[in-house]
Amino acid sequence: MKDLNMVFAGFGGQGVLFAGKVVAYAGLIEGRELSWLPSYGPEMRGGTANCSICLSDEPIGSPLVTNPNVLIAMNRPSLDKFVNDVEPGGVILLDSSLIDVKVERDDVTTYYVPASTLAEENGLKGLANIILVGKLFKEVGFCSAETLDKALQKCIPARKAAMLDFNRKAIEIGSAL
Amino acid sequence: MAEKVLMKGNEALAEAAIQAGCHHFFGYPITPQTELAAYMAKRMPKIGGTYLQAESEIAAVNMVLGASAAGVRAMTSSSSPGISLKGEGISYMAGSDLPAVIINVQRGGPGLGGIQPSQADYWQATKALGHGDFQILVFAPSTVQEMVNLVSDAFDKADQYRMPAMILADGMLGQMMEPVELPEKKEQTAIEKPWAACGHEGKRKHNIVNSLYLTPNALESLVRERYERYETIKANEQRAEEYRTEDADVIVVAYGASSRVARSAVNKAREEGLKVGLVRPITLWPFPTDAIQRAAKQAKHLLVVEMSMGQMVDDVRLAVEGSVPVSFYGRTGGIIPTPKEVLGEIKKLLK
Amino acid sequence: MAVVFKKPSTLTDAPLHYCPGCTHGIIHRLVAEAIEELGVEGKTVGVASVGCSVMCYDYFTCDMVQAPHGRAQAVATGLKRAKPENVIFTYQGDGDLAAIGTAETVHAATRGENITVIFVNNAIYGMTGGQMAPTSLPNQITQTTPYGRDVNTAGYPVRICELLSTLDGVALAQRVTVDSVKNVNIAKKAIKKAFQNQIEGKGYSIVEVLSTCPTNWGMSPVDALGWLQENMIPYYPLGVFKDGTKGDRLK
Repeated sequence: MKDLNMVFAGFGGQGVLFAGKVVAYAGLIEGRELSWLPSYGPEMRGGTANCSICLSDEPIGSPLVTNPNVLIAMNRPSLDKFVNDVEPGGVILLDSSLIDVKVERDDVTTYYVPASTLAEENGLKGLANIILVGKLFKEVGFCSAETLDKALQKCIPARKAAMLDFNRKAIEIGSAL
Repeated sequence: MAEKVLMKGNEALAEAAIQAGCHHFFGYPITPQTELAAYMAKRMPKIGGTYLQAESEIAAVNMVLGASAAGVRAMTSSSSPGISLKGEGISYMAGSDLPAVIINVQRGGPGLGGIQPSQADYWQATKALGHGDFQILVFAPSTVQEMVNLVSDAFDKADQYRMPAMILADGMLGQMMEPVELPEKKEQTAIEKPWAACGHEGKRKHNIVNSLYLTPNALESLVRERYERYETIKANEQRAEEYRTEDADVIVVAYGASSRVARSAVNKAREEGLKVGLVRPITLWPFPTDAIQRAAKQAKHLLVVEMSMGQMVDDVRLAVEGSVPVSFYGRTGGIIPTPKEVLGEIKKLLK
Repeated sequence: MAVVFKKPSTLTDAPLHYCPGCTHGIIHRLVAEAIEELGVEGKTVGVASVGCSVMCYDYFTCDMVQAPHGRAQAVATGLKRAKPENVIFTYQGDGDLAAIGTAETVHAATRGENITVIFVNNAIYGMTGGQMAPTSLPNQITQTTPYGRDVNTAGYPVRICELLSTLDGVALAQRVTVDSVKNVNIAKKAIKKAFQNQIEGKGYSIVEVLSTCPTNWGMSPVDALGWLQENMIPYYPLGVFKDGTKGDRLK
């Protein structure tokens, strides 16, 4: 499988680090090489947050993704910050309910996903991040469906078991788009 | 084989220490190593161990001194500004021949500096951690798995040679998650410590753990004895990874986080047909002089890449003794260089 | 012939290096007697600090650790946490405990570390040759207060027992001196209690012993005892400031 060098970015609290973790766990379950590197520091509290996730069949060199082939942007500042770094041929998924601009590059594929609105409408508040992971799963197929479900189970602690079904629904919505 | 789990570097360091038989941890919060202390706070009570949040880094390192003097495996961790404060205790431990493991998850400096990853404490770790003639073992992991493995080795070597050992990591390695396989749990009393101040029970003469020698001759002979030990360590404990160096014209030398960037750059260079390799020091003290000298024989040019203004480059230059040119490329202040930047530097040298 | 007085078995034969008239010798003996009488020599570990008593590791027969300046109680914390069954004491002077080591002192006390602290207060830095200590008295002449300690610039002396007695981790805080047979006996009792408290797990116990420094005070040993009685005791009243178990005031 192709190496995936991904950046998930958004406001602190939108769950971009968690979404990255789900993808990283999927890599772990399938025995692939992977790294998950968060931004850290004061920006985690309300500012912008992002993480780099690498999935590969070879050992990961630099875990800091400076030229992603996948970008998930959950707010405008994140899109602005990373849009020009995306590799030609790369994929951008953005939350179109929060970002009202279009990507002006024609050398990348952009998916406009109204993730926050969909989450709200389906009683999945706060799971726009996972809807985007569902869409990513559909478009890039970074793992099997079974693995993705296992990854969700790994990432959601037992005491929050009720959340699992909501997350499953979010994946379903995202991957049906 | 144990199942692989996904862990942050900081958490992996903590769990590895516990698995290595360290049941006494003394810390003080500082970014970007705090997850380590938090992990210890969660785990230690469950295994009957000690987690203690000290009033300062200074107190924490001296609690380690006390616990180590009592004969148990003890550890403290911090990040750059906090390590400066621990220097005193580390010098005393070196002067008292006490083993201990100290973790430095480096951030930018000097002063309060920043909180992003850095490698600007190389000099401090390998040359100037405290006053006096002494060295400590310095291990530089580059993956979360290696963090786990080297913590275990650091405890073993610290006990074997009766000296402090440091894991020199950085904010990137501390914060990132990678799959790791945790080792089997070790027994805590792997090595006899007949020197420990743990109560003589009337069975032996009293043990004194001390670094004070008012007679110059006594102090000199003790320091000389220690330096003989250092020579043994230099002869036996150098570690480095040599990657794609066999036919390389340019060999990059980098450790820790920057070695990962360098490895990516080397791979890109190879894809372009350029003969480039990497030497990655795993022990920074003892410095892997042998591997560097092999590189100097092979390559026409060495390029040292660090997340600092150039510190390890000094040791590389000393090791090659002028036999090949040694260039330097570094970013500092918390910036991680990109593979593209490093590749650019490599290409300049190949012109 | 019946032996009526002998050196405690818990002191080594090493000759003490202290100046003539210094009260460290008496205090060493009292500590050694307490260890001997409680029968805990085999599991006692002492922590020597930096100052005149730095080499006390040569004088006690129990295991000893020499700590960095001011850090004795942090080192003691490590020793105690590693081996809670052991009996740990520190032996510290005023510079070590009340200046450079104030944070370690206060926080060992706040944690209620189950250790015994012997604090020798002679109102001066002896080892380095007579400089101002945190406990030097107002107007006291030292090498670094040649015109007398001016409280406006050099501040006021610190009363450690009073300060620590407000902390809930403290079991015992008592100030004693060794200027007379009567007071030596009181000091002996206090020190023994400070060890006994640890054995019973009561928490942090500190005994402050007002001490003389004839050399650096520039007095004969007898005059020094007189100076202690006339000047130190009024500023540092003898007595018990806390006696109980850690946390007992919260109940």
